[in-house]
Amino acid sequence: MEQITILEGRQKQIFEKKKGVAQPDIACDTSSLSGSVSQRACVFCGSRVVLYPIADAIHVVHGPIGCAAYTWDIRGAVSSGPELHRLSFSTDLQEMDVIYGGEKKLYHSLIELIEQYKPKAAFIYSTCIVGLIGDDIEAVCKKVAKESGIPVLPVHSEGFKGTKKDGYKAACHALMKLIGTGSTEEISKYSINILGEFNLAGEAWIIRKYYEKMGIEVVATLTGDGRIDAVRRAHGATLNVVQCSGSMTWLAKEMEEKYGIPYIRVSYFGIEDMSKSLYDVAKYFPDRPEIMEAAKAVVSEEVKSLYPSLQKFKKALTGKKAAIYVGGAFKTFSLIKALRSIGMSVVLAGSQTGNKDDYARLKEMCDEGTVIVDDSNPVELSKFILEKEADLLIGGVKERPIAFKLGIGFCDHNHERKIPLAGFVGMYNFALEVYQSVMSPVWQFAPRKGGTL
Amino acid sequence: MKHAKTATQNACKLCNPLGACLAFRGIENCVPFLHGSQGCATYIRRYLISHYKEPIDIASSNFHEESAVFGGSHNLKIGLKNVSDQYKPKVIGVATTCLSETIGDDVPGILREYKKEFKNGTPMPILIHASTPSYQGSHIDGFHAAVRATVKTLAEKGEEQSLINLFPNMVSPADLRYLKEIFADFQAPLMLLPDYSQTMDGGPWGEYHRIPPGGTPASAIVSAGSASASIEFGSTLEASKSAAGYLEEAFDVPRYHLSLPIGIKESDKFFSLLETLTGRPRPEKYEDERRRLIDAYADGHKYVFEKKVILYGEEDLVVAMTAFLTEIGMTPVLCASGGKSGLLKKRIKELIPNMEELDIKVREGVDFVDIEDEAKVLKPDFLIGNSKGYTMSRKNKIPLLRLGFPIHDRFGGQRMHHLGYRGTQELFDRIVNTVIEQRQNASSIGYTYM
Repeated sequence: MEQITILEGRQKQIFEKKKGVAQPDIACDTSSLSGSVSQRACVFCGSRVVLYPIADAIHVVHGPIGCAAYTWDIRGAVSSGPELHRLSFSTDLQEMDVIYGGEKKLYHSLIELIEQYKPKAAFIYSTCIVGLIGDDIEAVCKKVAKESGIPVLPVHSEGFKGTKKDGYKAACHALMKLIGTGSTEEISKYSINILGEFNLAGEAWIIRKYYEKMGIEVVATLTGDGRIDAVRRAHGATLNVVQCSGSMTWLAKEMEEKYGIPYIRVSYFGIEDMSKSLYDVAKYFPDRPEIMEAAKAVVSEEVKSLYPSLQKFKKALTGKKAAIYVGGAFKTFSLIKALRSIGMSVVLAGSQTGNKDDYARLKEMCDEGTVIVDDSNPVELSKFILEKEADLLIGGVKERPIAFKLGIGFCDHNHERKIPLAGFVGMYNFALEVYQSVMSPVWQFAPRKGGTL
Repeated sequence: MKHAKTATQNACKLCNPLGACLAFRGIENCVPFLHGSQGCATYIRRYLISHYKEPIDIASSNFHEESAVFGGSHNLKIGLKNVSDQYKPKVIGVATTCLSETIGDDVPGILREYKKEFKNGTPMPILIHASTPSYQGSHIDGFHAAVRATVKTLAEKGEEQSLINLFPNMVSPADLRYLKEIFADFQAPLMLLPDYSQTMDGGPWGEYHRIPPGGTPASAIVSAGSASASIEFGSTLEASKSAAGYLEEAFDVPRYHLSLPIGIKESDKFFSLLETLTGRPRPEKYEDERRRLIDAYADGHKYVFEKKVILYGEEDLVVAMTAFLTEIGMTPVLCASGGKSGLLKKRIKELIPNMEELDIKVREGVDFVDIEDEAKVLKPDFLIGNSKGYTMSRKNKIPLLRLGFPIHDRFGGQRMHHLGYRGTQELFDRIVNTVIEQRQNASSIGYTYM
């Protein structure tokens, strides 16, 4: 195979775990290089992802049309009620607006949209050029909030002002303005918020049900199947349970500081981590041992029905190799464990937004010879996938065609999913999807397997 | 309910740079490069991938705060250097974004500097620059801007050749393959631009290709200036914005401007033009295709007669589909586009002079909420357009016939034919089947012959 050069300045974002070799920390938290075809997105994307599932608010993108058009109804985040989040609103700035400013257009857009849709709140996302043309978004939002009587929250998500992670932070910042404005009366002492769970394909409902079976009250899910009134009351919960470390840790820390609510990090993928996330919450309420009892009952009941059904997949998949390239590092940890539980090993592990600690932990978890990457690109990913003879790639939409071109299986682990992968039932779905893709006979025609080009 | 008018809701258009990226993918060994934030490239890649199911690398200069303050020159140069080193492209197609246009980067100037500063080392790729600010026009404007910029950068005057340039507009890979087949059958040398028939719909790979095989070679585009004629599809595409317009102005290559050839009449015009330009009769194969199509019209005419349709999408596609629908007796009660060329109504009126009498509405610059409002009043039998109309189709229980771009919720959009007798045949079959299926489903009897 032709030698693939790693872009100068990227070497430090990749390494292979080897025995007896002192290895430097991976470089992460950096911006993508100019000219690299990153799989990452921008600040706006980060904010939009986090707030997207709030279904009774309108999400208005202030800028030219692209940013709103490309994020219209793109995620699998479902709602049990209103569906305002599935609409796309843009001020669709034109050349004249760029010259003379877009404040008026934003103001009228908001007033009209609020009148038409009667939302509980409005989020206003700034895009790249908004700062440059000097629009005072804060002032417009304040004015509209006063006139409409609902919270109108600016989200400072100019695309170029940092990385996707800064976008997460901007979104959390907007959420912090809402938290603490609702009544906390009648909230149980045995209560939690579920943070960083976006209710893709109804995953938040699955998780919520487990906790409720344990006798725990879920005050707010941030932001899956999200409601403004629930967000406003979130400060009444006793504990924050944080999934998707990338997006919500900042919010958890802020809530700890401001409201004294501690947080724990969990993951709902795979049997091991799913069970642990129930036990960890139960452990937090030692004065009520029946919570732990109930957690054990939930786990035992679920595992009893799940375990036998996984054996068929495990038998077929044992010895197969996987490559993981997803957004957050925490997801990568769970996926490694979940894959191992169905007999597969991991030959490449990476994330778009992991931090130093995440990568240290990843290094510890991975087998010898596993390649670890931060903010990768198609050229690198493909190189390692082929070299390591992976049978499966787990990633998002942009990685899917890479896998299929190279003739290997693929599992979607991104926000577009329509099948829940979280929870115990999610582990079954995950194993089934991996099995269906890896074991398909179509790969016999792939050049990798000796098929003709 | 009072409707918000200021904001665009559920846009019926995409942004300028998307079209440019797609066009640049139709040049051999070319990397599309967006001068702006990382997100633009990522979103556009994702959007294109969901339709074409092919990897698509779009590089980005990846603006940071400093670049926004001090200009993007440094980032652009480093980006070009990195792409050159890693992809070793023959061509880099640089398209701007709202960000770089707003801060006023002089991209042509930066490219000139780059060529001077980096002339040693890696072979210098051909650098094409298309100005595609997202706050102007829509994706189709970016598409044409990139095609025109490509020709402007590369075409040269030479000894006149029998070569014909064909600028097909934003059509499917299947359409591009069909056009190439037609020219081959006419034994006419062809310069087709862009040609993403292979890059956006290719075979499996044994190893990763930084740039997929296929596309129009730069050397072929050079000879566009010495071609005997240019054919350009797209009835609202003006010469001042088009590649063929430029070639006519700069090199006296005559421009033959046609609507997208959909339907028998428009396809006839295209084939007649080819007969004139090549001096050859159309091959029997196409006579056969045409005969079969006329036969199919006869077999299916009752199903479609006076069916009411809402058409939406790029203006050129809407005009072309209107021509086709009127020749099979269907009524486009609304011809709508998110684009704003100012020419849509004029073109529709040329096709249907008594449009007012027939209550045919034409609307430019609309979004899907506008179209949905119209649909509630007009009560069409079905909708024809890209897959983004699905939301209103489902909500209002009006069937949707998907065509064009994007098709995100069905399989095989890249292999769908639209053009010529073959494409029309495919569309006609699908339209008739949509009606039949609807009737069959609505019937309480469950006929097995329809």
